[in-house]
This record gives sequence, structure tokens and C-alpha cells, in this order.
Amino acid sequence: MLSYLDELEAQTLYILREAFNRISPLGMLWSIGKDSTALLWMVRKAFFGHVPIPMIQLDTAMELPEVYEFRDWITREWGLNLVVEMCPPEEEMDQTLPPASRAAARKTEGLRNLLARDKYHGMLVGIRRDEQSMRAKERVFSPRSLDGAWDFRDQPPEFWDQYKTEFPDGVHVRIHPLLHWTELDIWRYTKREGIPIVPLYLSQNGKRYRSLGEKNITFPIDSTAATIDDIIAELEVTRTPERAGRAMDHEAEDSFERLRASGYM
Amino acid sequence: MTTRPIAARPPMNIVIVGHVDHGKSTLIGRLLHETGSLPDGKLEELKRISERRGMPLEWSFVLDSFQAERDQAVTIDTTRIWFKTRTRDYVIIDAPGHREFLKNMVSGAAGAEAAVLVVDAEEGVREQSRRHAYLLQLLGLRQVIVAVNKMDLVGYACDRFAAVQAEITAYLDELGIHPLAVVPISAREGDTLTRPSPHMTWYEGQPLLDCLDRFVPSSHPVERPFRMPVQDVYKFDHRRIIVGRVESGVLRVGDTVLFSPANRAAKVRSIEEFGSTVTPVEARAGQVVGITLDEQIFVERGDIASHAEHAPILTNVFRTHVFWLAHRQLAVGDRFKLKLATRETPVTVHAIERVIDTDSLAGGKRDAVGRNEVAEVILRSREMLALDEHTAATATGRCVLVDTYETVGGGIISMRGYPDQRQALTVKATNITSVDHLLTAEARALRNAHKGGVIWFTGLSGSGKSTLAMQLEKRLFAKGWQVYVLDGDNVRHGLNADLGFSPQDRAENIRRVGEVAALFARAGIVAITAFISPYRADRQRARTAAGDAFHEIHIKADLATCETRDPKGLYRKARAGEITDFTGISAPYEEPEAPELVVDTTGASIDECVSQIAAYLERLTVVGTAAAAG
Repeated sequence: MLSYLDELEAQTLYILREAFNRISPLGMLWSIGKDSTALLWMVRKAFFGHVPIPMIQLDTAMELPEVYEFRDWITREWGLNLVVEMCPPEEEMDQTLPPASRAAARKTEGLRNLLARDKYHGMLVGIRRDEQSMRAKERVFSPRSLDGAWDFRDQPPEFWDQYKTEFPDGVHVRIHPLLHWTELDIWRYTKREGIPIVPLYLSQNGKRYRSLGEKNITFPIDSTAATIDDIIAELEVTRTPERAGRAMDHEAEDSFERLRASGYM
Repeated sequence: MTTRPIAARPPMNIVIVGHVDHGKSTLIGRLLHETGSLPDGKLEELKRISERRGMPLEWSFVLDSFQAERDQAVTIDTTRIWFKTRTRDYVIIDAPGHREFLKNMVSGAAGAEAAVLVVDAEEGVREQSRRHAYLLQLLGLRQVIVAVNKMDLVGYACDRFAAVQAEITAYLDELGIHPLAVVPISAREGDTLTRPSPHMTWYEGQPLLDCLDRFVPSSHPVERPFRMPVQDVYKFDHRRIIVGRVESGVLRVGDTVLFSPANRAAKVRSIEEFGSTVTPVEARAGQVVGITLDEQIFVERGDIASHAEHAPILTNVFRTHVFWLAHRQLAVGDRFKLKLATRETPVTVHAIERVIDTDSLAGGKRDAVGRNEVAEVILRSREMLALDEHTAATATGRCVLVDTYETVGGGIISMRGYPDQRQALTVKATNITSVDHLLTAEARALRNAHKGGVIWFTGLSGSGKSTLAMQLEKRLFAKGWQVYVLDGDNVRHGLNADLGFSPQDRAENIRRVGEVAALFARAGIVAITAFISPYRADRQRARTAAGDAFHEIHIKADLATCETRDPKGLYRKARAGEITDFTGISAPYEEPEAPELVVDTTGASIDECVSQIAAYLERLTVVGTAAAAG
């Protein structure tokens, strides 16, 4: 019998292999966080120890130092083809967005620049449906127009693991191999597999990061969870949303929706 | 709020379907609240938003998180929501009810294991209640609970519930769906969701949540024949690894696997897994694996791996029960890209057998299938495909149609009325070398003063094939030709005495006749065959066997005429159901696409028809002397 985590992993490996076969050139956004690192782990499984896809970091130079250390260590250990894309400064963002959303929009712009320059047709992104109700509406293979915009009102049908893999010129596809995982699933899998994580997720002095973002717009939560087992125990009883520490989600009723519609991950 | 730890176990995927405004989103919002699954602050946020809009507390706002949806008060897309009961976790897929949102409903329902069909107690069963139920059946969902909602609006009346219950169960019965339970509820008021309602003491069944816990989780079909559609072939290092998902059955190291449609086989040398400490010896249904083979045979994406003794069907024509999602209509002659497991190949719509009215379940003959309709169509591919009956193997028994970039429909496969072509395509004896004759075809033709040939009559029963064949034979013989008629009766008593009338046996019957006729033609004789030979693929094989000597003649008469003639009383028996698989009535006849000659016997006399064919056959005449041929 396959365990539940085996089932989740099998689905992700299947999606990764579909993407690798059908979409070229293909890249993967690696935020260095727990989700995309778990995804990277599964890339190595899907391709038998190889990472045949460039790992792209949308860098704002605002990540915490531990994040950069972790990035460089993993890149060396696993022999990654790391691509660091520097995002344009905040002053160039839509000034009608609230401040934290404006900071987050930098990544959208960075991605847009990367796509325009390097002509990727597909980008693997480690988002999950349970993170945020907007993301719950996503498809596994989600087409984006040239400017990165997402038309959530008219998404392609997706069933029987038959994904939309062909597009007119100028369209790229976001591929979401972790859509069916939950935050708890990711932690249980990280624990089972022994996947390395940025130490900021673990409690120090009564605080830990539940979700990692830029240091100016992400805040640690009160927590005593010092091991992954503690985190799992904590999540099993919490009713606080995962992204509570992400300032940009809470500025206005529709702020995340606006970010997403314009191409945010 | 629950403080019980959540086990690491699979959630049950359920879909909520039903007519627009029958209360699906409200039910979900309320279930989340009742099970303590709403995040902190969500209920307050809901109250705030509802107040701001001047409405009573609106549970459906939980799901309708898009600004656009809140303004229009309509759910646009499927949303996945987690909640838990005492026994397990659930993922709910909110399937919207609006007609034009069928593609989203399908996207949601295709991933579900069980369904809750919501029916408004006041409005009763409506068009989309039926359509959604029909689609559940088509998508293979058999576990259904019916929630008769808004009981508060009908004064919690027992007789109203009984009426709606009778109406919906009668419809579901016809689809072969037997609901686990029919529960009277009020989502808005919270009646019969988690506990019995004081307003409906007459209801003796369980509350909705307890009913949900009776759904049985789906499991991978380990006990069925092994199938693994090939996803890719990797060569990152010295190994050549074939990857795919085991859709059914079990594969073991050392097994011989057959790859279809190419029909190549090799032994499994290893099952590969990265980072595993133990070397796997088997792969079971549900696993995504890599395998290496002991021989370097050609394998590509799209091939289906199986064991030789339970191989998939090979065919280039099949029947599919489709749901059509595109704005444009589906019509005969349309070309699409077919996606079947990992295979992609061009197909043409050969026929639309019937378009199904999901209200009445009646099926009508129509020229086109409209958006959101369900129909039975015949598809034809240029290349041979490996596939399965949907009832036998789910993943390889269904397909998706793509038009340029868009997914326009999906369907489940049935081979009813069509043969498996595997046997005919497989050459069993391999130690044969052909022996060259010392006589040329020209020499034989000069001796006879005509070339040999296969004059292949095809047409419905009663179209006049046998009559014309016998008359033609007589006329050609009188001219001094070497001619012989092969007809159903004279071969079925001898050569084909072992064959019946199943699609399989019919295909084999025609294959043998085609081979024998080709031998006659090579011997310099004109062989006239008079068989219905309804399948294009079979006639194509006969043409291949005889090469240039093949002449396909369509003996044409419309079905009504044939039925009036009915020389052997067969149509009458077929109509009475005494004969099954009868061409034109209960089995298909595929008209020739480019026959050498069409003879319409509807209005013409026998003599006229024979003359028409004889005139065509003048081209076989050879003038010269045997000496000249050397």
C-alpha cells in the first residue's frame, strides 16, 4: 500500500515529468523556502539524482542572511544550475498598491524581465492550494499571457491528468506540482525524507518564521517549535493562517488578488 | 475547535454539484463552520463583509473569495477546501452550477471520489441537477449522497421531501447510481448537518456529516491487468530509464513487458528509484516509476506497457461517449488532437451516433454536438492506437480532445461493435521465407487474356452483393475468363467454420477471405468476394494483401430498401432483437471512402448493374501472345 505521502509525491513526480517532456525551455522558481526546496528534492527524485532544470531565484537583496547561506550551500551540494534574477527597485512599482504589496510586486517584475529575456515557456512554481483562497483556484498547468496576467475567469479545463501543454506564441505556463499538498504535508514529508531547511523555520527565543519572505515585509510568529516534530504538533492545532506574517496579504480585501492577477506567484 | 491531531492520511476528495442557487457554496461554508475548520477571524470577516453589503450572514462568501465573485454572487471556478470530521479529512471541490461553467465542474468532479448532489426542496430537480448527475456517472463517480436543501423554505414538510426524493432517485436509478443516502437539510439554518434537526423529527436517517463518513475511499486497481503508459525515456547517465505511472496491476523485475501499439517486448532488468536504500522488486498501481530493460528495443512516449497475456486493444477506430466543452460545435469530419494516456495523435470524427438529452435520457441522431452536450461519437485515427474499454481499464480507456491549443472535450471509450485488430496485425510464425515463383504474373495474364484480380464487393445485407456476384461470374465466364465467387456461405462452411459473428470473428473471417482472394488473384484468377465487410480497417487489410489487383466496389442501397428486400428475413429478426450485432441495425457499417466503383442498386435492374461492373473490369483485359511475354 502506498502511504499518503507516497501518493502526494507520486502525483508531483508525474507532473514534473510531464512538464519536462512537454515544455521547453523550462525553469523552476526556487524561493529557498520549505515548499520549493521540497519540490527541488522531488525534482532530484523524478530525474534520478539529476537536476536538469535551472533553479531561479527572484532576488530582492532583502532576504535574511540565513536564506542566502542556505542557497549557496544547497547549490554546491546538489550541483544546481542557479540563476539569480535581480528584481527592479520598489520605486518602479505601481504606486497605487499598498506598501507591502508594492514590495512583493518587485518579484512579479523580476519574473517578467526574466521571461522576456530568456524566453522560458514554462516555470515550475511551488505554490499550494491551501495557502490562500486565491491560490485554491489555480490549475496545475496555468497559462499566462505575455505580461504575466492570470485570467482566473476563463481557465482551461483540466482533468484526468491531461494538462494544457501547447500555447500560442507569447504565452507561458506556470506549472504547480505542489498544488495538492498542504502545509502539514510538506512538513511531514520534509521530516520523513530528511530534507534540509533554512534554520529560521525553527524557534529561537520564542519566535520562528512560519512563512519566509523578505525581511521588510515578513514577520516571525510566537512559537516554541524548535524541531520539525514540534512544528508538526503546532500546526495540527493552529487556526492561524500560514501567511498571517505576510504583510501584503492583509492590506486590503483584494490586495492579494490584485497581485496574483498581475502575475505574482 | 478541535485539538485532536490530524493523522497523516489521505483525505476523501468530494465534489458538491447541483443546480445554480440550490445552495452548494452555502452548504460548504456552513460545513466548515460546523466542523471547526474555519481559520480564526474568518467568521468575523464574513460578518463584516456581509454587513457592509447590507446582507444577512452569507456562508458562501467563505468560498467566493474573489472580488468579482462577491459582486456577482456566482461561484466561477472550483475551489478546494479542507475540513475534517471525527473519522477523516475531506477535500471539497466546490463545483459551480452555472451552465457555461461546465468545464470547471468537470475539472473539479474528475478528481473526486464521491459526490454530494444538492437539490433545492422548493424548486425540486432541475436541468443542471440532472446534467450534473449524468456527468458524475460519465466521469465514473458512483458514490453519491443527495442533500435536499432549503427545507426551512418548505416548512420542514415531510411530504415535500418525499416528493423530491422520489424524483431524484428515479432519475439516478436510470443512470445506475444508487445514492448512499438522501438527507433533508437546511444549510443556512444548520439543520441535519452534524446532528438530527428538531424541525424534522420525521427523518430517521443520519445527519449529512455522518453520511459522508460512509463514503469508501478509492483505491488503485492493483488486481487488474498491468498498464503503464510511457511518459518519457531518460538517458541522463549510462542507464536508459523508461518512466511512467503504473495505472493498474503489478510489474515485477524479470517480467516480460509488451509495448503497444508497436508490439515490441523485452524483460524488465530493474526498477529504478533515486535515493532508495532497498532495490525495488515490484511496482504497483499508483506508483510513478522508472524501469530498465534487458534489451535495447525502441520505446517512446505514448506506448502502453502491459503483460503479453493481457494486452490492450489495438484499433484505429473506436466509440467514445464525450462531453463537449467548446463554444464551437463538434461535427462529422472534424479533426482533433487526441490525448489518450500519454499518446497524442490526430483523429477525425467519423460519425455522431447520438446526442443525449440529459433531461429525458433519450438519444437523438443529430449532425452536430453543441457546447455542454453529451454525445456518442465514432473517432478514427490514422495510426494504430493501443487502448482499453473504459470499464476494463480507466486510465487507458478515456481520452481528451484538443483543438489547436484548447481542450474541447473528454470521453470514455467503448469498442462496442468494433473488433480488436491485434490478432490480425500480429504475425505469429516468424520462421517463414517466401519462395519465388518461376512464372511471372504477366505470363499468367497473357495465358488467360486477362489479369488476375480481387473484385471486392462491400455493402449492407440485402444491397445485392450475392446476386450481382453470381450474375457477374456467369457473364465473365461466358467471355472465357477464369473467375470464381467467394461468398459468405461457401467459406463459412469450410475455411471459416470455426468463426462466429462477434466483431472479432467477423474481422478474422474477412482477413482470411482477403488472403485467399489475393492468392486467387496471384494465380491469375478473378476472385469476386461478396461480404458485407463493414469495417474499413478490414477492407484496407484485404487491399494490402492483394496490392494493385484490388478493386473495391461499393454495392450501395439505402437501409430502407435493403430492409424491404430482406431476402433471408434477417432484418426482421434483428429488429426483433433475435440477432445481435447486425450491420446497419445494431452494428456499424463504415462506407468506403474511395472505392474504385460505386454501384447503386436502389433503382437499377440487375442487368444494368452487372453491365456497369463488367464495363469497369474491361481494364483487366490483356491483348498479346504468351510468346511475347517470354
